[in-house]
Amino acid sequence: MKLQTATRLTLLLLLAPIFLWLSILIILPHMDMFLISLHEKVGLRTYELSFANYAEFFTEPLYWNTFARTAIMSIIATTLTLLIGFPVSYYIAKMLRGRAKNFLFLLCLVPFWVSELVRTFGWMILLRESGIFSGLLQWTGLAAGPVEMLYNDASIMVGLVYTSMLFMVVPLVSTLDSLDDAQVEAGYDLGGNAYTVLRTIIIPHAMPGIVSGCIVVFMLTLGNYLTPVLLGGKDSLWFTAQIYTQFITRFNWELGAAFGFLLLGLSSLIVWAGLKLSRQTLTETMG
Amino acid sequence: MIPSIPQPKSFRVLYGSYVALFFIYLVMPLAVVAVFAFNDSMFPSLPWGGFTLDWFFNDTEPRLGLFHDGRLLESIWTSFFIACWVTVLSVSVGITNAFLFERQDFPFKNVLYMLMLLPLVVPGVILGISILVFSSTIANWLESNFGIDAEFLRPSTFLVVMGQFSFIATITTLVIAARLRKFDTALEEAAQSLGASRLTAVRTVTLPYLKPAIIGASIVAFLMSFENFNTTLMLVGSDQPLTIAMYGRLREGSTPELNALSLLLMAVSGGLALLSVFVQRDST
Repeated sequence: MKLQTATRLTLLLLLAPIFLWLSILIILPHMDMFLISLHEKVGLRTYELSFANYAEFFTEPLYWNTFARTAIMSIIATTLTLLIGFPVSYYIAKMLRGRAKNFLFLLCLVPFWVSELVRTFGWMILLRESGIFSGLLQWTGLAAGPVEMLYNDASIMVGLVYTSMLFMVVPLVSTLDSLDDAQVEAGYDLGGNAYTVLRTIIIPHAMPGIVSGCIVVFMLTLGNYLTPVLLGGKDSLWFTAQIYTQFITRFNWELGAAFGFLLLGLSSLIVWAGLKLSRQTLTETMG
Repeated sequence: MIPSIPQPKSFRVLYGSYVALFFIYLVMPLAVVAVFAFNDSMFPSLPWGGFTLDWFFNDTEPRLGLFHDGRLLESIWTSFFIACWVTVLSVSVGITNAFLFERQDFPFKNVLYMLMLLPLVVPGVILGISILVFSSTIANWLESNFGIDAEFLRPSTFLVVMGQFSFIATITTLVIAARLRKFDTALEEAAQSLGASRLTAVRTVTLPYLKPAIIGASIVAFLMSFENFNTTLMLVGSDQPLTIAMYGRLREGSTPELNALSLLLMAVSGGLALLSVFVQRDST
C-alpha cells in the first residue's frame, strides 16, 4: 500500500512540469488567441463576438493574396529543397564510406549551427548591388554596370532553400543509409537500369525520409520571417510579416490573431495531409 | 548507383562535381561574411579596401569595433542571460518528461506525447503572439481587478524566456528520452538491491548514464535560444537580445562590424557544435 502511494506520488511529480508547461505556454495561449480573433471592435474598449476578422481576411485581396503567395512559395521552396538535397543525401549515404562519409555529413550540418541571421546576411553580401556576384559579372564583362539581385522572388527562394537544406538532408541521409546495397544490386541483376532502380527501389525506400523532410521544411518556410523580409525587401509580401504588422505596427491584435490562426490552420492541414498520404504518424515522424 | 555497380566515368565526374558545387553553395555565404569582417572600408561589400582589424578592436566612432561597442556587448549579455535560463528550464523539464514517458504508464499517455510534440509543429511567430496575447490578458485582468501592475507580463525578457522555453523543452525531451530508452533498468535494480533507495539509485546510476544526453541537450538548447529570432521578435521588451539588435542594424545598413560579430558567433557556435558531436560520440 505504502509503495503504491509512493509510485503515485512519483507519477504526479513527473506530470506536474509537463502539465504546467503545456497548459500555460501552449494550450491556454492558443485558446485565448482564438477568442481574441473572434472579437470585433465596436467602440472604445467594447467588443462583440463575431467572425468579422476572418471576413476581413477573405474580402481584402491584399491579405488573401499574401496568404496564397506564401503558401505557393513555400511549396516551391520545399520541392526545390528536395530536388537539390536528394542527390547529395544519396551521395553521402550510399556512395561514400567511413571517414569521408562522416566528414561530409558533418560539413552539411555545421553551417546550420550558425544563426539564420548570419546566413541571410551572407546572401545579402553576395547578392546586393555592390555585392560579390554583381562584382564578378562586371569583372568578367557580362554586365556593364552594377546588377541588383536582391529584393526579388528568386533571392527569397535562394535564401529559403539554403535555410531549409539541413532539415531535408538529415532525414534523407538516415533513411537512405538503411537501404541495403544488395537490394540495389538485385535491381540491376534483374535487368533494371538506373532509372527503374531509382523509381522502384530507392525512392520507395526513402519515402519516410522524404515525407518527414518535406513536412518540416514546409512548416519552417511557411513560418519564416527573417529570410523573406531581409532578402525580399518591402515587396516580400510574406504572411508572417503581415501578422507582425498587425500586431506590432498597427496594434490590431484581433485581426493579427485571426491571421495567426489561419497560418496555423494551413500549416496543420499540410502536416496532416502529408502524414495521411504517406500513412505515417506525427510520433514516428518527429520522435 | 552504388560503388559496386560500374557507372560510366562521365556520370561519376558529373555526380561528383554536383556534390562539390553543393558544398560551395553551403559554404559561400558564411565565407563572405567572415572575409568582409576584415574589410578596410565602411561597407561589407566590394570594393575590397585592404585588411584591417578595426572592426574588432577600434575604439572610436565611426569605425567602432565590436569589442568597444557597448550597445552590442550589452545585447550579447542579454542573449546570454536568456539562453542560460532557457537551458536550465528546458533541460530540467526534459529530464522529468523523459522519466515520465519512458518509465511511467498512465491513461492517455499517447495523447500527452502528441501534445508534447505540438510546439515543434507550431510556427515560431505564432507561439510568440499567442503567448503575448495570453500574458496581456492576464496582466489586464490583474490590473483591472486588483490594481496590480504586472510589468513582467508585458513584452519583456521574462516573456522571451517563456516563449523560447515553450518549444525548446520539446527538443530537450526528445534528446534525453532517446538516451533513457537505451538504459538497462537492471542496473538501477542492482543498486536498489544493494541497499540504495529509489532516489539514490536514480541519482547515482541513471543520471550519470544520461550525462552525455544532458550535455548535448544543454548545448542545443543554449544555441537555439541564443539564435532564436521568430518567437523573440514578438515578445521582446526594452532589453534587446543579440538577434534583435543585429536585425535592426541589418535593416539600417551595416558596417563590417556586423561581419566581425557574425564571425565571432560562427566560431562560438561551430565550437559548441563540434563539442556536442564529440560528447554524443563518446557515449555510444
